Amino acid sequence: MSLRKFTRRALLVGSAAIAGGVAFGVYLGRRTPENPLARDLPEGAATFNPWVLIDASGVTLIAPHADKGQGVMSVQAALLAEEMDLDWGGFRVEFGDPAAAYWNTALGDDMLPFRPDDESWLANAGRDVADLAVKTLGMQITGGSTTVPDSFVKLREAGALARETLKAAAARRTGVARDDLRTESGAVLLRDGTRIAYADLAAEAASVNPVDMPALRAPAEWRLLGKPMQRLDMVAKSTGTARYSVDLTIEGMVHAAIRLSPFRSAVRSHDPSPALALNGVEKVLSIPGGLAVIGATSWHAMRGAEALRVEWEPPSYPASQTGHWQRLEQGFTKDRLDRVWRDDGDASAATQSSDAFRAEYRSPYVAHAPLEPLSAIVVIREDSAEAWSGHQVPREAQKAVAEAAGLAPEKVRFHNQLIGGSFGHRLEVDFIRNAAAIAAQMPGVPVKLTYSRQEDFATDFPRHIAIGRARGTVRARQVAAIDLEIAAPSVTRSQMGRLGLNVPGPDSQIPAGAWNAPYAVPDFRVRAYAVEGLAPVSSWRAVGANGGGFILESFLDELIHQAGADPLAERIRLASDPVTRAVLEAVGEMSGWRSAAGKGRGMGVAMVSSFGVPVAEVVEVTATERGIRIDNVWVACDCGPVLDPVNFENLVQGGVVFGLGAAMNCEITFADGAVVQRNYNAHEGMRLYQCPSIEVRALGNAEKIRGIGEPPVPPTAPALANAIFAATGQRLRQLPLHHQIDFL
Amino acid sequence: MSFTVNGIIHDPELDPDMPLLWVLREVIGLTGTKYGCGIGYCGVCTVHLDGQSVRACQVRAGDLDGASITTIEGLGTPDAPHPVQTAWIETQVAQCGYCQSGQIMQAAALLAVNDMPDDDQIDAVMSGNLCRCGTYPRIRAAIRRAAAATAPASAQTDEA
Repeated sequence: MSLRKFTRRALLVGSAAIAGGVAFGVYLGRRTPENPLARDLPEGAATFNPWVLIDASGVTLIAPHADKGQGVMSVQAALLAEEMDLDWGGFRVEFGDPAAAYWNTALGDDMLPFRPDDESWLANAGRDVADLAVKTLGMQITGGSTTVPDSFVKLREAGALARETLKAAAARRTGVARDDLRTESGAVLLRDGTRIAYADLAAEAASVNPVDMPALRAPAEWRLLGKPMQRLDMVAKSTGTARYSVDLTIEGMVHAAIRLSPFRSAVRSHDPSPALALNGVEKVLSIPGGLAVIGATSWHAMRGAEALRVEWEPPSYPASQTGHWQRLEQGFTKDRLDRVWRDDGDASAATQSSDAFRAEYRSPYVAHAPLEPLSAIVVIREDSAEAWSGHQVPREAQKAVAEAAGLAPEKVRFHNQLIGGSFGHRLEVDFIRNAAAIAAQMPGVPVKLTYSRQEDFATDFPRHIAIGRARGTVRARQVAAIDLEIAAPSVTRSQMGRLGLNVPGPDSQIPAGAWNAPYAVPDFRVRAYAVEGLAPVSSWRAVGANGGGFILESFLDELIHQAGADPLAERIRLASDPVTRAVLEAVGEMSGWRSAAGKGRGMGVAMVSSFGVPVAEVVEVTATERGIRIDNVWVACDCGPVLDPVNFENLVQGGVVFGLGAAMNCEITFADGAVVQRNYNAHEGMRLYQCPSIEVRALGNAEKIRGIGEPPVPPTAPALANAIFAATGQRLRQLPLHHQIDFL
Repeated sequence: MSFTVNGIIHDPELDPDMPLLWVLREVIGLTGTKYGCGIGYCGVCTVHLDGQSVRACQVRAGDLDGASITTIEGLGTPDAPHPVQTAWIETQVAQCGYCQSGQIMQAAALLAVNDMPDDDQIDAVMSGNLCRCGTYPRIRAAIRRAAAATAPASAQTDEA
């Protein structure tokens, strides 16, 4: 990524609007946040920056981005180890304390309504200001596929700086000039072959003068990066020895379960006696929006929570799913227009004629449903508190405990943990707040709250629903005009609102995947409508690009068929930049693309760009007598250089499985005000026997490095629906698809 | 009532309705066996009971008398992994890793009775184990790798 420095000029561009009223200035922006490793640094230990700690026992690398399975613990360590000349695995890795120093330098780039490929002065100046806001707020966050773009330069710089400082320490000790020293395998080497281990230099390195930032090594010199790596967590995760927060035990700990309002409302009245009558149930406590049960084990506590008799206040959203859809259907009104996101040519005029093609698409609420249920351990003492959980925004988790304890955040020690899947689930702080609300009533006692699967489903903030309405025309066997309207709740306002943040301006997640589509359709308009009064929603892997991508890529496919053109060739013709065109061409070559695959067989293609990464996918299906079988998937994408090809392949294949599973059979619906789907039997995803062969390729034409955790997901649903059309002639316009067609 | 877990005899006093899953995790303290759904639908709590793969959330403590249970911790260790675990490590199957204890226990149970399963047999036996990260392509590859590594030489010759 480019190393933009914020400038005075940048500060003049609408800073108040972007920062949402947070005051900041040049002074704050230039100030380097405190290095959290320096706080309680033991004698003889050295830290050169917030990512590297060296003491007599060895090297500790801090990987502050949360690892929820995407492998970022290893990637962050590799970026540091590359420049430090550490042997792979010859160091410890820790997640570190929550700290402003770990502010996400890539987050600001996608916060503003500029397309990722927009390199105009205004776009870059705006990103500078947004970056400054993120830095000033000290936003340490894992999300938006930003770990690699955030870490790529700064962690290598941190490693290089540590290396040169260690060399400076060795130079002082030996009297040899720093330039005559080199480093290898965690040691400084003298010309005569003498090795001084980094650990032996810690005490001296702590007191040498700061060195200038050295130049970073060229990719051709890399030992680790860009080559297949053995992830550091594989042995633990293959032997049952990896510890997730749900596995932790703290001395003196009690087990808690929870029963929250299925309506996200308050308790009207409750009767704890059926729970208290059960063996092993110790007490029932009230917390905001629900009740907690303390039990001899989590199982006793969960059983108690289930037995409670509770009456709840009604929900603030429609009681039935039909009501949710009706509210969205009525959402396409002028007063709800959030923004006209794209207005190329004159789509309004071009699609007025009565022969314009019209269609409507629906994308449902979907649960995150990672296999590790939510859990947290919190202990609140007189003047301090401590908490253990896995969280993507650890400073918010820390703050949530602080608020419940009536303490300043710095009085709360938050120990971030390995996460057993998230998909956006652990951006939310509700489960931390709930654990803290219980702990606040049991001073000095560590309380471990574990959600039952049923509670995890019932109280999840799902992916937002959306309706897309489209009109379009074709001319001379080409797509000529698209006029798209999307109505959805604002996920950004819903989610940030729960953190107490008021985000001004339109929400780019409503039209994501559509407004930024790299297609040059002559007349192309995208309008977004923000609809209030629906269920609270949250970020679900790739967020808005799932609904927006499904709507646009399905409609585009329909128009291409109307035009009598080839779905892949026409997309290639429409591609508005060479990086996008190349991924489409590559997926065509990989799949041996043929629009008519034979009787009952069909290929579908879709391309969605999210988080700056264009991903093209071809899905091949067979219509069998018993239902649709997904045979093959080919994926071509461009996220710039790939740091670990093995992990890349695993993540992209996983994104395809996750997306196809959701497209097939996942949705959250409401009945009588509550979530209907409470376990995997009703929200299943893909199973192994359904998993197609998945071939992936990264092209590496893009200049900027990007993350790959989310972008493979959005094209899956439209590519599958388009393939089903090719195989059966049946056009499916509503997710999940299993309502209209059977799958094997 | 007594039973063994990874070869060690246990005779705790238990609520007979308590699922084996929670006995393992919170009474005995073996947390490699995970809680996922509680209804036998996700497979993350898969263990071996008298050599058979079972969902530990569906086994009552009251039915454990005389049972011999093996958990992921008993299958192998980081220093001495079971061949299936070695295959998992070499194939780099895991993403979040939360389901992998159950996947490995299920795969080990399959290979114990069928040292060279075909693709259909793998699909049939492994499809009760959910993986939300979508590591299925690597799970299949790791099972084939483990089978190739453990199969008798004659079987490998036949295969060739």
